[in-house]
Amino acid sequence: QEAAKYEKKVMVLDFVTPTPLGNSWGLGGTCVNVGCIPKKLMHQAALLGQALQDSRKFGWQFAEGVKHDWMTMTESVQNYIGSLNWGYRVALREKKVTYENAYGEFVGPHTIKATNKRGVEKLYTAERFLIATGERPRYLGIPGDKEYCISSDDLFSLPYCPGKTLVVGASYVALECAGFLAGLGLDVTVMVRSILLRGFDQDMANKIGEYMEEHGIRFIREFVPIKVEQIEEGTPGRLKVTAKSTKGNEIIEGEYNTVLVAIGRDACTRKIGLDKVGVKINEKTGKIPVNDEEQTNVPYIYAIGDILQDKLELTPVAIQAGRLLVKRLYAGGTSKCDYVNVPTTVFTPLEYGACGYSEEAAVEKFGEENIEVYHSHFWPLEWTVPSRDNNKCYAKIICNIRDNERVIGFHVLGPSAGEVTQGFAAAIKCGLTKEQLDSTIGIHPVCAEV
Amino acid sequence: GKNEYDLLVIGGGSGGLACAKEAAQFGRKVAVLDYVEPSPQGTKWGLGGTCVNVGCIPKKLMHQAALLGSALKDAQHYGWNITQPVHHTWSVMAQAVQNYVKSLNWGHRVQLQDKKVKYFNLKGSFSDPYTVCGLTKAGKETIVTAENIVIATGGRPKYPTHIAGALEHGITSDDLFWLKESPGKTPLVHCPFVLHLYEIIVYISLTDALPDVSLECAGFLTGIGLDTTVMMRSIPLRGFDQQMASLVTEHMESYGTKFLKRCFPTKVEKLESNRLQVTWKNTELGTEGTDSFDTVMWAVGRAPDIETLNLEAVGVKTNSETGKIIVDASEATSVPHIYAIGDITEGRPELTPTAIAAGKLLARRLFGQSSELMDYDNVPTTVFTPLEYGCVGLSEEAAVQCYGSDNIEVYHAYYKPLEFTVAERDATQCYIKMVCLRGSEQRILGLHFIGPNAGEVIQGFALGIKCGATYPQLMKTIGIHPTCAEEITKLHITKRSGLDATVTGC
Repeated sequence: QEAAKYEKKVMVLDFVTPTPLGNSWGLGGTCVNVGCIPKKLMHQAALLGQALQDSRKFGWQFAEGVKHDWMTMTESVQNYIGSLNWGYRVALREKKVTYENAYGEFVGPHTIKATNKRGVEKLYTAERFLIATGERPRYLGIPGDKEYCISSDDLFSLPYCPGKTLVVGASYVALECAGFLAGLGLDVTVMVRSILLRGFDQDMANKIGEYMEEHGIRFIREFVPIKVEQIEEGTPGRLKVTAKSTKGNEIIEGEYNTVLVAIGRDACTRKIGLDKVGVKINEKTGKIPVNDEEQTNVPYIYAIGDILQDKLELTPVAIQAGRLLVKRLYAGGTSKCDYVNVPTTVFTPLEYGACGYSEEAAVEKFGEENIEVYHSHFWPLEWTVPSRDNNKCYAKIICNIRDNERVIGFHVLGPSAGEVTQGFAAAIKCGLTKEQLDSTIGIHPVCAEV
Repeated sequence: GKNEYDLLVIGGGSGGLACAKEAAQFGRKVAVLDYVEPSPQGTKWGLGGTCVNVGCIPKKLMHQAALLGSALKDAQHYGWNITQPVHHTWSVMAQAVQNYVKSLNWGHRVQLQDKKVKYFNLKGSFSDPYTVCGLTKAGKETIVTAENIVIATGGRPKYPTHIAGALEHGITSDDLFWLKESPGKTPLVHCPFVLHLYEIIVYISLTDALPDVSLECAGFLTGIGLDTTVMMRSIPLRGFDQQMASLVTEHMESYGTKFLKRCFPTKVEKLESNRLQVTWKNTELGTEGTDSFDTVMWAVGRAPDIETLNLEAVGVKTNSETGKIIVDASEATSVPHIYAIGDITEGRPELTPTAIAAGKLLARRLFGQSSELMDYDNVPTTVFTPLEYGCVGLSEEAAVQCYGSDNIEVYHAYYKPLEFTVAERDATQCYIKMVCLRGSEQRILGLHFIGPNAGEVIQGFALGIKCGATYPQLMKTIGIHPTCAEEITKLHITKRSGLDATVTGC
């Protein structure tokens, strides 16, 4: 859309290869269809379930035994997504960007072949190309995985309630999904191979796990599934999962209605003809290395988003990178995407917002003696009346003593963590120091003032 | 020295307690006097001051109760099957809130004890610059002397005593949070979903107030199902950015609060049914109006609590118009060794966090060899109306006045919180505005946000502004998706351009 503003002739190719279970979706990519948007809406549904319980303590009265209807929620969510898909089609049309619902692959220099659903092929040439194909969920590679398991690609449009669910994985996708499924009243178990939220601050990751466990989610640690069998067909059916310990020979079995695999995502770069034009990819991960201007090793081919090597897999980063790239190409812009201090939020039942270094990373980079960690537990005022979870919420900032006690890491665990973290990220961008933090007055009573 | 205490604090509220506890950390002998004169309706409360007992805390909790009412409505759209009828019981909420407040009163008592601060439940007045006489309810005297004295007695709601019947028949925020029974009577009619109990309240705010309290209360009363009307003589939220203020009241109107604008009451009479008849004048139409209500609540501003302090005896100067105590940048009054902090001081924001910060810094300067003064600039604040409004820095009007409209750029956006989509909620007033200086730097002068969790959103940005944040720096900050706060990092439409500021798409 940005490129079209500069009167360039632009074409977008978008195609969704159906999931093993046959699921597909419209224009907009992962975020809109099977990522951020439906995830946050279902997380909201779970939060509202909690709100219902709280509300009684605040004087609201209604019949006991409130149940959740999966289909009502999913239909509403899908309708909203549909409106976004439509909105994108309209926006592209208005900005005169040509859109083709076709699978693109390079066939030669400056040339791409687009194959649509019906198998009709067309060739296109362009001066420049931008690869933004993103990723898809990885499967376990065990018997029964593709036949019987679902992934996040299927969950948000599942036409039946998943029932008793086993979530395999400890990524933020796994924990967020496990979190909202439990919040909607389902029996949820999470099977974790080793640690939670690899790459995130482990102190915070453990607190998140603890909270989820205290709220009824079962964790099976240090086990991996080795086969999935169907006991009974149905929507949902019944599945038997056999798992092996990572530490020995112990085998366990469990029965679930649904198995959700969330062990990671793989870049969609293997089957788009990159070898035909000489674009180098990391053979192991499939990710594309680029320079700080998002250029691949082939000068006229650029890449952004989840497929980039060593960059963050986040929607806002992809958007920012895309916009700035186009400004540099066509409008004389010089700004490069700033990948440092990118804030993120994990929308687990107890939300976690972060910006900057984790405690481990800070210690590694600067040395333990050069950093100071300030921390505090807090009890959101809104949780006092319903007597909820005293002392679970937590905030910590990591400062670099050698650099004027500059804030290099910000972590908060609590309600509305995303809203809280956003502003702090802006402040960190401005070089926030501990002294400035201390001299800023808090808004009272909110969680963020802590 | 000859004085009993190193520090005597008169007033056990946000500022007073913070100051006392901080001084005690330095090993000083500290005492606190706290006393609550019952309201005209007879309401009183424990240690902790306005914020804890009749301000921020109960207000936010009742606001939360109202928000939960909206959540119940939203929940249906998200698949939760709630059977009708749903209604709200005041006494359950009030008791829960009051119990929590009482636990805070207790907590403060314990904290003072732990920190070895002596607490007197006495009403203090000056005998001389180093001596305060404390009186019990029964009139028993205790004399307390101290090297340094800090006045932190705060304020109390004003009554419009020139209106007949105002004092006898009306309540204020002092009473609202302690009502055991609903401010309205038993229901007469009910509608689907949130029962609109025809428990009727009139809420009156006059000219000179900073009636954010009034709007907040009217907001949550409406939210829990009470038929609420706000009467105001002129503009709401005086002192705040007026565009934001009108969006806030617009939302309240669509939310169900009734407004009687450009009106002021002339008398309040009690009817045989025990309801109250209010008569008013409409200044715009020049007409008179009248209606009956269950409760009338006044929110016409707060008066500094100095009457019984006997300030004249020691020469502490006050502002002749407002009655507030005049202090300099170090919170010193016109009398050496006597200081004042919090709501009682002239020219300071009436906020808990500023009182606390001022109290702590004062204690550090007095006893801790610090010279740090309180910085009252860029204090963020939030109005907890049904659709919350958070802001930091200058309003658009103030910026224009200060720099001229040619020298400022206003970026703005109308956005829709993701959570409102499935809930089918109206987001017409969800709006963000950032006022910047034009020119190479584009420093941010003010940030205004209307939407859910406004306080949480604004807090971090206030830090940024403290660091001298500029528009380019904000634009380099990547957003967190999906949140409302990220819209701030995406602001790019200026008012000057005249373009449509509605956010579209992802």
